[in-house]
Amino acid sequence: MDRSDIAKLAELARLQISNEHADEVAQSITDVLALVDQLQAANTEGVSPMAHPLDAVQRLRADVVTEPNQREAFQAQAPATDKGHYLVPKVID
Amino acid sequence: MHNKTIAELAQGLRSKEFSSEELTRHYLERIERLDSNYNSFITITPEQAIAQAQAADQRLASGNQPILCGVPIAHKDIFCTDGIRTSCGSKMLDNFTPPYNATIVENYAAAGAVTLGKLNMDEFAMGSSNETSYYGPVKNPWDTNCVPGGSSGGSAAAVAAHLAPAATASDTGGSIRQPASLCGLTGLKPTYGRVSRWGMIAFASSLDQAGPLTRTAEDSAIMLGTMASFDSKDSTCLDQTVPDYTATLGDSLQGLRIGVPKEYFSEGLNPETASRVQDAIKEFERQGATVKEISLPHTHLAVPAYYVIAPAECSANLSRFDGVRYGYRCENPADLADLYKRSRSEAFGEEVQRRILVGAYALSAGYYDAYYRKAQQVRRLIKQDFVDAFNDIDVVMGPTATSPAFEFGAKSNDPVAMYLEDIYTIATNLAGLPGLSIPCGLVDNKPVGLQLIGNYFSEAKLLNAAHQYQLVTDYHQQSAPAID
Repeated sequence: MDRSDIAKLAELARLQISNEHADEVAQSITDVLALVDQLQAANTEGVSPMAHPLDAVQRLRADVVTEPNQREAFQAQAPATDKGHYLVPKVID
Repeated sequence: MHNKTIAELAQGLRSKEFSSEELTRHYLERIERLDSNYNSFITITPEQAIAQAQAADQRLASGNQPILCGVPIAHKDIFCTDGIRTSCGSKMLDNFTPPYNATIVENYAAAGAVTLGKLNMDEFAMGSSNETSYYGPVKNPWDTNCVPGGSSGGSAAAVAAHLAPAATASDTGGSIRQPASLCGLTGLKPTYGRVSRWGMIAFASSLDQAGPLTRTAEDSAIMLGTMASFDSKDSTCLDQTVPDYTATLGDSLQGLRIGVPKEYFSEGLNPETASRVQDAIKEFERQGATVKEISLPHTHLAVPAYYVIAPAECSANLSRFDGVRYGYRCENPADLADLYKRSRSEAFGEEVQRRILVGAYALSAGYYDAYYRKAQQVRRLIKQDFVDAFNDIDVVMGPTATSPAFEFGAKSNDPVAMYLEDIYTIATNLAGLPGLSIPCGLVDNKPVGLQLIGNYFSEAKLLNAAHQYQLVTDYHQQSAPAID
């Protein structure tokens, strides 16, 4: 991991890593990846990946409305709203 | 009153030794007076607590009520509480007041339990020392120079300091059991799917599970009985009957088959901790259990697999924090990309950002098979180790943590050293099994925990074993010094 790798990852994760911290972050991510690289030595041939401990599958339900509209309660949490919409900086000129 | 267990408090409320309002005021007074020593609460809710206590007193006067009616508890600040700020230990949610209750919060409210407030924790439950909280570290009541463990450090410290008789907590890689070990408590992580995750702020969804922190196994049984429920709002919650966990506490341990994994007594374990744990296992033998050494051969791969799977799920889960719908938003964003990036970077702490970056890497194009898929395969090998072991044993026993509580700063600059703190607890989360930590002695005047791991949905068996041990030992009755 170097500075340019960190910049690319930060872009993917929508994080801003300052130049003064980039080397430090690169080193700590390198350390973590060295830890997880121990996985590569494991023999996993023919082993199916495990997503749920009891291999449960997604439960289905009838397609009916179960939740009441709570727009006002939810929007009360938002940093900026107007007439029921969430406000963000201008995207289109 | 604050030295009583939940079982004793429930009795006292029914015999009118004290009212719920008196009990609640007593705890609120203790929190007010003492919590500056520990920093275990983020938010205290005295007005709601007293109103709930008065309602509980009315219910109790009208006759038969659930055992927790009128008993004060406190919730880890990861559980959404209607109208009460829920921060998850992060600046990101410092201003977040949910419009709904988590299912487990709802379950306790329906039973008449009183909520004293919300408890400190590592930011988004990412940590093993409670040093990553935006609200500052929590101090261990046994030694305030030491960490209480994490991520449920506030829950553990509050119960250990008798600021609450019990607390809710959550465990993704050891976050209930390791603080229980470091603070001398009984901490239970149930089977994955036993307790609803709805309204519990998500960290790693395939690993997260809520559970109680209490002083005794009996109290843990009482707390789990109310916490556990089938919940259609959590798609991974399993539809299994909730037994009365207190009904089997008195069963004999004659014939109980204990397996002790040789991998759990490796070189990283403090020799004094190992000795306390071995002594505890001998006590079970005296009660009629049989003990044999077993092997869980993929144990060494648990921490590496976890630090792919948990960050990958965390990076996906925490993508919802975008500065738009709720949570922190940066000042004067130049454009939408700047809004996302600065809101997230200004509000997430260092450890959370590290895990998001590791997760983004593990899931990025070209690396998915080498990391995430590989880790999910190893996860199945780890589960299979336990499935094979449970063919001829009932309970796995070993240490919960490698050593007693460590000092602040001892591991906070070395993420990998901190990650290895959970070396004995993480495999249980990967396999989805229930795990319990109970106090089994002191090392350097600080508590040490014995871990019990059971087969799927065997919480009643674990609690039974722990209760029988607590009937013949007094480690769970030892309190941190100077808590009064």
